[in-house]
Amino acid sequence: MTFGVVVFPGSNCDHDADHAARHVVGQNARFIWHKDASLGDVDAVILPGGFSHGDYLRTGAIARFSPVMRAVAAFAEAGGPVLGICNGFQVLLECGLLPGAMLRNRDVRFHCEFVTVKVERRDTPFTGRCAEDQVLHIPIAHGEGNYYAPPDVIDDLERNGRVVFRYVDAEGRPSAAGNPNGSVHNIAGICNASRNVVGLMPHPERACEALMGSEDGRVLFESVVDAVARQGTAGVLAR
Amino acid sequence: MKARVFVTLKPSVFDPQGSTIAEALHSLGYEHVADVRQGKYFELDLQVGTRGEAERLAAEVADKVLANPTIESYRIELDDQPVKVAGAPR
Repeated sequence: MTFGVVVFPGSNCDHDADHAARHVVGQNARFIWHKDASLGDVDAVILPGGFSHGDYLRTGAIARFSPVMRAVAAFAEAGGPVLGICNGFQVLLECGLLPGAMLRNRDVRFHCEFVTVKVERRDTPFTGRCAEDQVLHIPIAHGEGNYYAPPDVIDDLERNGRVVFRYVDAEGRPSAAGNPNGSVHNIAGICNASRNVVGLMPHPERACEALMGSEDGRVLFESVVDAVARQGTAGVLAR
Repeated sequence: MKARVFVTLKPSVFDPQGSTIAEALHSLGYEHVADVRQGKYFELDLQVGTRGEAERLAAEVADKVLANPTIESYRIELDDQPVKVAGAPR
């Protein structure tokens, strides 16, 4: 399969995502410049981490208007798997493909550290290979990862199983101690109603090899390889 | 025509920066500053002929770009006169 990695001015995890796709799970990958109006022949799209457009105004607020985002929205609408990592998640929130918004971290500090997140849902293209209630040891690196949505939206996310990743403590509980940034309900990642668009603040692409301190992030890439092999993306590619 | 746009977090949304500033003020002895909410301020230079057009244009860019309606509300002033308030009441 072929991963498409979108590159915004200020993206800085694009090469990490490309590396994970090509060298860790052995697939094809290509970069897609944010001014491109089409995605080309790709089976899954990754919006990588970084500081698109310098995070001016709000994180992801300018990137959402990049020409490529229309193509990403069409790809998502057609059922194509889309993963937003960190700043990529913030872009998905700003453009409305996922609900909610990011506030500054509760303690107003940038957090760059390993955290533990529980995979609560395996019925997304990016978590199908996870074990039930698997806990991932993967890093975060953000100043604005304090997930917020109004109570009715949080209810909808919880009721419909759209909280995919939740920050947990060493005992695997979603406690205040396990919450690095103040996110509502310890939410670390969510999906859209049709489950093909997933966003998370932690960086799985930075934890795919033992050299990097953890291999736990690899399962997200393996999962989407499986999902694409199983379902294909026929119909998506026709666009 | 100059439009001034003030964007603030909705009252129901926690403002980590405002709280930190309030704590700093308290530690400096300003205990009468009960709370601080931080926001953003934009000055728009609008090349339009009428106040109506200016109001429409300023509101459109505030809705679309300057404010995120999930967490923020805004108010607009034209030549120092308030013309529009959007989002939750302050």
